[in-house]
Amino acid sequence: MIINQLSVFVENQPGKLAEVLGVLHSHGINIRAMSVGDTADFGILRIVVNEPEKVQQVLRGAGFTVRITPVLCIMLSDQPGGLFEYVNKLSLAGINIEYFYAFAANSTEKHARVVLKVDNLSLAERLISGKSESADPYQEAEGTTPNFYW
Amino acid sequence: MNTYWNKPAETMEREDMSALQTGRLKEIVARLYRQQPFYRSKMQEIGLLPEDIVTLADIQKLPFVYKQDMRDNYPYGLFAAPMSEIIRVHASSGTTGRPTVVGYTKRDIGIWSEVAARSLVAAGLSKQSCIQIAYGYGLFTGGLGIHYGAELLGASVIPISSGNTARQIMLMKDFGTTALACTPSYALYIAETMREMGVDPRETSLRTGIFGAEPWTERMRKEIESQLGIKAMDIYGLSEIIGPGVAIECSVQDGLHISEDHFYPEIINPVTGEVLPDGEKGELVLTTLTKEGMPMLRYRTRDLSVLQREKCACGRTLVRMSKVLGRSDDMLIIRGVNVFPSQVENVLLSISNTTPHYQLIVERKDNLDHLTVLVELTEEMFTDEVRGLEVLEAKIKGELSSTLSVSAAVRLVGPKTIERSEGKAKRVIDKREL
Repeated sequence: MIINQLSVFVENQPGKLAEVLGVLHSHGINIRAMSVGDTADFGILRIVVNEPEKVQQVLRGAGFTVRITPVLCIMLSDQPGGLFEYVNKLSLAGINIEYFYAFAANSTEKHARVVLKVDNLSLAERLISGKSESADPYQEAEGTTPNFYW
Repeated sequence: MNTYWNKPAETMEREDMSALQTGRLKEIVARLYRQQPFYRSKMQEIGLLPEDIVTLADIQKLPFVYKQDMRDNYPYGLFAAPMSEIIRVHASSGTTGRPTVVGYTKRDIGIWSEVAARSLVAAGLSKQSCIQIAYGYGLFTGGLGIHYGAELLGASVIPISSGNTARQIMLMKDFGTTALACTPSYALYIAETMREMGVDPRETSLRTGIFGAEPWTERMRKEIESQLGIKAMDIYGLSEIIGPGVAIECSVQDGLHISEDHFYPEIINPVTGEVLPDGEKGELVLTTLTKEGMPMLRYRTRDLSVLQREKCACGRTLVRMSKVLGRSDDMLIIRGVNVFPSQVENVLLSISNTTPHYQLIVERKDNLDHLTVLVELTEEMFTDEVRGLEVLEAKIKGELSSTLSVSAAVRLVGPKTIERSEGKAKRVIDKREL
């Protein structure tokens, strides 16, 4: 499924990441998944939270540069080859994965979840959900992006 | 030992100098009123006629000319001679991509060579000197200005231009260079490179440095003199007036002698425009008394200085200006290149359609100026991918370098991280100890 991830610009300096996390903590926001892409000067913190629009407002209010990025979330069976199957499907369709990271595991779940940023999101979504094996034109249905990821 | 290139001009009695200047001023004002639309309309605006200029003090009746006037009349609007008479054009970088353009007639090039030759002699050079010119050649006036002066003097000229430091040092040794002309910061860089290469400057023939095109302090002079074992002389000039050679230090090193038979100096209060008496610090305003191609009446140099008119121990009577003490605007001089914060603003505006907060940090590392531009990331500029931001950084860096003509490092920073004073970001942090 397609979910909305928050991307936050963070300078690559001691304490900067703690500032963002501090704001989330003080607003009682739980992080479901996260990763950081970085260079010598800056990083991009990517997080999955419930109600991303609200959290975006909270972080903006605290002075951060925040962007909502639609990404693909895949639920995998927690066994060898689980991820390979999907990634292979995407690569056969010529879809480039820009980055991906894993969700926090839930002890009650028997599944693993990963977040993928791809260059052709709607096609990737259809391939993963098994709705299509081809690259036919496809219209995204309104309101299909869930707001809660737990 | 007092030697002059042009003793009558350089040791003229004050009365004679004033008479000469008055005559030349009247002439050039009349000529510009007759022939030059820009100056005529400026004079007409305030109801001034050439006949109103009777004494030297009447120069104060003339309006000022600003760098902006050159941009507004780009490229040739301030020229006072037909293009058929212009034999050379130089240009410097401009804040909005438009350079400021200057033009010289054959006679102007002669005057420039003359004042440059005077400068070299005052700085201790002669026909016997072998001068390595490591100022840039090309549109920049530094290289060619000194070049023509040195040739007129009859010195041996090595027109090496700037850069390729190892080769500079090799030729300096092999060719027996006795004088080096470059920016003071480049001189220090050469000294450092010599140390790294294991070359002892004292074992070379180098004795004199002709340094200018950027502000430098007495401390820096001491540093250069001790590292290179030479005498470091300050030369002043700006392309709008003619180029290097407007003023030069003599062996006394107590101020720079202005070739005032060609360039009439005033010191003004930069805020009120009022002319200040000798000995008071203010903005240097220069009037070219003899130029044909692009004369300047009361040009605001934005350089802060002090004038003194007592006869110098070197024998010269030419008025002296102090070493430049700073700027009356926000212009920075980085590696000899003029940089305005507004240029950075224009580049950022063209890239992101918004004007992000930014800050220029200038540092001197290894005796070379380094410019870093901090840019507060706006939501419009932000992308989710590291690569996207790196591309943005590289794009800003590329456009800055081509607009400023000097390379700049770019660092993206978070919103509101640049220090504000009265709500406005502090635009420039100059960490160079000048």
